Amino acid sequence: METLELTQEEQFQARIDADVRIEPKDWMPEAYRKTLIRQISQHAHSELVGMLPEGNWITRAPSLKRKSILLAKVQDEAGHGLYLYSAAETLGTTRDQMLADLHSGKAKYSSIFNYPTLSWADMGCVGWLVDGAAILNQVPLCRTSYGPYARAMVRVCKEESFHQRQGFEIMQTLCEGAPEQKAMAQEALNRWWWPTLMMFGPADADSPNTEQSMKWRIKRFTNDELRQKFVDMMVPQAEFLGLTVPDEKVQWNEARQAYDFGEVNWEEFWNVVKGNGLCNQERLQARVDAWEEGAWVREAALAHAAKRAGRELAKSAA
Amino acid sequence: MTDDFTPTPALATVTETQRKMLPFVLQLADTSLILAHRLSEWCGHGPILEQDLAMANIALDLLGEARSYYQYAAELEGQGRTEDDLAYLRPAVEYRNPLLVEQPNQDFAHTIVRQFLYDAFHYHLLLQLQQGPDAHLAAIAEKSVKEAAYHIKWSSEWLIRLGDGTDESRRRIEKAIRNLWRFGGELTMPTATEQTLQAAGLVPDYAALQQQINAHVARVFEEATLPVPENVFAQQGGKDGRHSEHLGYLLAELQYMQRTYPGMQW
Amino acid sequence: MTQQEWPLWEVFIRSKQGLDHKHVGSLHAADATMAIQNARDVYTRRLEGVSIWVVESTHVHASNPDDAAAFYEPANDKIYRHPTFYQVPDSIKHM
Repeated sequence: METLELTQEEQFQARIDADVRIEPKDWMPEAYRKTLIRQISQHAHSELVGMLPEGNWITRAPSLKRKSILLAKVQDEAGHGLYLYSAAETLGTTRDQMLADLHSGKAKYSSIFNYPTLSWADMGCVGWLVDGAAILNQVPLCRTSYGPYARAMVRVCKEESFHQRQGFEIMQTLCEGAPEQKAMAQEALNRWWWPTLMMFGPADADSPNTEQSMKWRIKRFTNDELRQKFVDMMVPQAEFLGLTVPDEKVQWNEARQAYDFGEVNWEEFWNVVKGNGLCNQERLQARVDAWEEGAWVREAALAHAAKRAGRELAKSAA
Repeated sequence: MTDDFTPTPALATVTETQRKMLPFVLQLADTSLILAHRLSEWCGHGPILEQDLAMANIALDLLGEARSYYQYAAELEGQGRTEDDLAYLRPAVEYRNPLLVEQPNQDFAHTIVRQFLYDAFHYHLLLQLQQGPDAHLAAIAEKSVKEAAYHIKWSSEWLIRLGDGTDESRRRIEKAIRNLWRFGGELTMPTATEQTLQAAGLVPDYAALQQQINAHVARVFEEATLPVPENVFAQQGGKDGRHSEHLGYLLAELQYMQRTYPGMQW
Repeated sequence: MTQQEWPLWEVFIRSKQGLDHKHVGSLHAADATMAIQNARDVYTRRLEGVSIWVVESTHVHASNPDDAAAFYEPANDKIYRHPTFYQVPDSIKHM
């Protein structure tokens, strides 16, 4: 039987093309491994830092019911961060290393969390818009080529579905409430709309990694495709709420069967990415502080585990 | 399941005996809420992700328990007030939580000691309440005691780890014990109201409870290689509305929305 | 500050009585007791389980993917191990 000699790399690509998942011990190109570690850890860091803007409102939630929901949601984000760190760890990095990269500023996280949460309606917008955008990004990742990442995303997506709904419910309650509540909702939408559109990343023309990531099926849609999908999904929902999307160019395009919309302010986008968002410094500092102030706790637990293991060994030897 | 809350069914009628329980039920509600609030302040700032999740779980349990008590209290009161009215619209001096639970988080050692002292009391109290004469309260206790059994395990194990861990963890846990032990006594010192209810057999006897707590504390402290503090002056007053200064700030945050936007739905 | 990381543990959950424990992911814990508690907090927030196993990740030994052909493909042509290999007359029931 005549078989073509394929290089390792070609065999790898052939498996990807056949939609066969790659598992931790399988051979993979070094660049694939690096790209995945970067993307998964960035995603994990986003969950971790993402706890802060909402965590901010747990102590001020306006009712006991809302307080429970918000706390459960932020807790879920900790869980999601953990699932993702675990997935990245199967690629041969450690959580400590990933956190060190976050704390040193080397690793990035989603810029959306560098915007402040100023009113209760922001909890609505974060759930409805930010989580809505995140879900669009994440659902295709449930079929991403790397097995542990795909499995982590299945778990994340399953749990995320309540996040967006609770956000929408907050917005709906505000919009059906007193005039100052409705105004609170509109004001929050005005602030969150554009930063949410930026969550999908730079325009395709300025996104050099997209092509390779699509080829490896780490990514399954381009940034602009997802952004368009998001606008098409959200404009009718805003209309339902009686809110106005802060973009005069938003208009239904019959020919394209999609909404036209204005240009994202890319200068602002790159500014926040570079660290000049209002909250970049304090978000990162909060994480560094938590980590450093927790060092003695982590050490003590290890020291105690070692002592206990030693004692048990001595007991069984006696 | 923590994010799906089922309210307890409404009472058909409130008996005279049950109505007497109102201040005690409110005291339980305030206590669970304030401690949940303090624990929730850790969310996003814990020493490791896994413990962030653990503390949020405990906070959610306590919050759920607080809601059950507030809803019951609202029915006992029969004035048309809701759980949120009771939680968000009473001033600090009307809050009935013991001083311990309003103490600030400070470091993880303080949080553990506060939790350990409260869990030892809470778990043993719930064991009694679930067999008590007030069926509604007994039902809440029956559900909550399963959660409290986990809490006491968690805080006891951490107390042991920190006591018998490193020099630093020992120094910190000893400091936290010095700072917080004085607030432990109030938990089992009955107020005049509690005494009346105890005399009527509605609230468990705290002397017996104290013995169970002491036994648990002794066991855990021995494993933690820590001496149990003796002859510590017990601060009290929280259960009668005389609080430390910390509660005012806590309530300012907790009640901010309801105070700023009165009478709205959220 | 140099510090040793808490060990990694693999978590297996039995979702209900009668089913196998299934691998769900991993987490960090200082010891086995903590690993089980962390697993409860991390992986069973929505009633996902009735029983938890944890195994320190360093204790898991895995087969090598390079051996996949030698390990699994020989089973390919042993179709006589599967019941569908055999033809049973239609009139025969309960087989």
